[in-house]
Amino acid sequence: MNAQVVTANRLADGQVVYFTSQGGWSETIADGAVAHDKDSATALLLRAERAVAEQVVVEPYLIQVTHKDDGDILPVRYREAIRALGPSVRPDIVTDRSGRSITTHFGNS
Amino acid sequence: MPLIKNGHVTTDPWITIPDDMPVPANGQVIVSLERWRADGAELKARGEPVGVRLSSSQLAPEIANDLSHLALIAIEFPSFRDGRAYSTARLLRQRYGFRGELRAVGNVLRDQFMFMHRCGFDAFEINKSDDAAAWHKAMCEISVWYQTAVDVRASVVRRRHYGVAAE
Amino acid sequence: MYRYDEFDRTLVEERVAQFRDQVSRRLSGELSEDEFKPLRLMNGVYLQLHAYMLRVAIPYGTLSSRQMRRLAHVARRYDRGYGHFTTRQNIQYNWPSLAELPDLLMDLADVEMHAIQTSGNCIRNVTADHFAGAAADEIEDPRIYAEIVRQWSSLHPEFSFLPRKFKIAVTGAPSDRAAIAVHDIGLRMVRNDAGEIGFEVMVGGGQGRTPMIAKTVRAFLPKQYLLSYLEAILRVYNQFGRRDNMFKARIKILVHEIGIEKFSGLVEEEWEQVRDELVDLPPGELERIRAYFRPPPFDPLPDVDQGFEAAKTATPAFAAWARSNLFPHRQPGYAIVNLSLKPVGGVPGDVSAEQMDAIADLADQYSFGEIRVTHEQNLILPHVRQEDLFALWQALEAQGLATANIGLVSDIIACPGMDYCALATARSIPVAQRISTRFAETERAHDIGDLKIKISGCINSCGHHHVGHIGILGVDKKGEEFYQITLGGDASEHAAIGGLIGPAFASDEVVDAVETIVETYLANRINGEHFLDTYRRVGPSPFKEKLYAAH
Ligand code: SF4
Repeated sequence: MNAQVVTANRLADGQVVYFTSQGGWSETIADGAVAHDKDSATALLLRAERAVAEQVVVEPYLIQVTHKDDGDILPVRYREAIRALGPSVRPDIVTDRSGRSITTHFGNS
Repeated sequence: MPLIKNGHVTTDPWITIPDDMPVPANGQVIVSLERWRADGAELKARGEPVGVRLSSSQLAPEIANDLSHLALIAIEFPSFRDGRAYSTARLLRQRYGFRGELRAVGNVLRDQFMFMHRCGFDAFEINKSDDAAAWHKAMCEISVWYQTAVDVRASVVRRRHYGVAAE
Repeated sequence: MYRYDEFDRTLVEERVAQFRDQVSRRLSGELSEDEFKPLRLMNGVYLQLHAYMLRVAIPYGTLSSRQMRRLAHVARRYDRGYGHFTTRQNIQYNWPSLAELPDLLMDLADVEMHAIQTSGNCIRNVTADHFAGAAADEIEDPRIYAEIVRQWSSLHPEFSFLPRKFKIAVTGAPSDRAAIAVHDIGLRMVRNDAGEIGFEVMVGGGQGRTPMIAKTVRAFLPKQYLLSYLEAILRVYNQFGRRDNMFKARIKILVHEIGIEKFSGLVEEEWEQVRDELVDLPPGELERIRAYFRPPPFDPLPDVDQGFEAAKTATPAFAAWARSNLFPHRQPGYAIVNLSLKPVGGVPGDVSAEQMDAIADLADQYSFGEIRVTHEQNLILPHVRQEDLFALWQALEAQGLATANIGLVSDIIACPGMDYCALATARSIPVAQRISTRFAETERAHDIGDLKIKISGCINSCGHHHVGHIGILGVDKKGEEFYQITLGGDASEHAAIGGLIGPAFASDEVVDAVETIVETYLANRINGEHFLDTYRRVGPSPFKEKLYAAH
């Protein structure tokens, strides 16, 4: 099965964030803690869900990602790619600190 | 369950009797519309005040002819999203002239108190014990209303054109 | 324009304070997301893919220059320097933070704007003909009644938790520029045989999963009874509208299921009783509101300005713009000017803060400080002297707002789609960008003529694809973006729902498909027909053949 990370929106400003292995939240998907099997994914989500009660994030959930050898993480579904990298129609608005733009993810279409 | 009536948390003198329980000889009771229809004669003969509980799909005309026998009507909000009870309450008060207690039961949220109150509810079954203060706050958060409703608040039009005071 | 008095102002300010309290209860954890969500929605706040989104009401699409400047300020101070005008004559901000929203709303309240009821199962922002007060064919300014409805519907004690959202549109003219036939209630001003003015009341139109054209529930309602009649309709709907299935909860389903005769009977019966309950406005209130919509102080001018005519001859680009972007004004010597928010390759409806400021200045200079928002995601300066048109055009050119394409192939409606919207199944903006790039050439677009392409990123149909001459709906097929095409939809007074032409197209095929449709129309067109005329005459077959011939 695919690798997974936990994502959510931050409560205060709605920003897309990813759950890190330190138990915090990062705006960059590459910082996300990756679960490689079903049990660790469930455990990861459980850990992340504590932040709901603490008013840090809203509605965390698991997404499938491809985990490259160089450590890079990219979402499998394009909806999540857009969440990770910003609107495909506004390459000037980059929400990922890696500076990667969504248009490179989609190609030119 | 705590009850707010006339702005105060009060103990509820009414007992709600489920359909499968016998009606006790004494005490003021709330029964379902179905039971009222089946056992109305006996309930009246008890000589104690009777209330009827309507589900949100039981609309005002269904009880309109019985109002003179009833001291209370409770209307359910199965979810805050189900707004039928607002129309039911308003019609019971405005069109059918019900003067007894109109009680909101079920999913009764403080952010909806004002709408309920404006439609004629005067008693609220609430979930959290701290909601008496919330009730008062809800009553004064908004002081301007464009519509004439069941409560005493004057509409903006009346205040604009006839110099009527807010309440 | 309508101006708030102390009551309107107090209400909006109190509503902001109430929302501030709700936000702080959420941030402190007193309210869970489940409890907070309906409260934020009632104030136009969504949580989208990237951030919160705030939908600000622009009642009946009318804005003052002062309000436009404030929208620019909000874009800069609380957002990322831009806003998005929608098909409901609203503006949406895509990046505000929840914690700052109460301050943002206070800044808006200061210029008599709010986000009340821009979402939720309540009566939404009332829309109207964007040519109101300027159109030559108008019986009466519909904004008078739209404002009356706005006030009546705001925080309505009985109708704030309806089975589903509820949209009302008003037009004062026989030509329908407000798409009233696809609204829950559409109001059209008409004269009866005695010459009195009233409304034709239509109910049960809508788009979404089950598109329907509204049916007439009353052919003539004397206008003084507008509110009591609306109250009767809403009461019937609130009590009998379906609540068991969210997809069947709109009033169109109720009307469809019980039939228009039965529905109409229920409404009339209710209305008989409501009429006496002091719902309708006293004449004084009607007059008070009407006074705000008096025409601006127009100058007496000749019908035709010679300088304007000369400039068209001298500058073909200006002439092309004048041909597509100007509409006749009822006042001699004036014109209605459309500002295109559809630059070639641009995002339909997006406006930067700098453009907003520039538009506000131009409105002050040329149009009595007034601006309109259209449901086709463009802006309008409603009252411009013909003699000022050339200078205005140059200024708009400099701002990228003078694309000569109103009503043409590149004037595409597109909802935010998957680029922003949490409900989307596919992107819609990039499709609009690619189509407008393909048809970038002004001469070609003008030759093709009236053609409305409308794109939605999911079946909720915010992009009005059902009533697009060419409608495009984004769908997801196994994780890929595909696009269904419908033909023959129409939002005008001849309203029709478009028909599906065949299997969906992959993202890289959809622009070619649109071009094939356009070419097929051109090949079949006779006597300068519009696209829709040709389509209605020849039917879908020639289009189907061309589109799927190679498959
Ligand atoms: S049509 Fe769908 S994708 Fe487009 S804005 Fe509406 S809900 Fe979002």
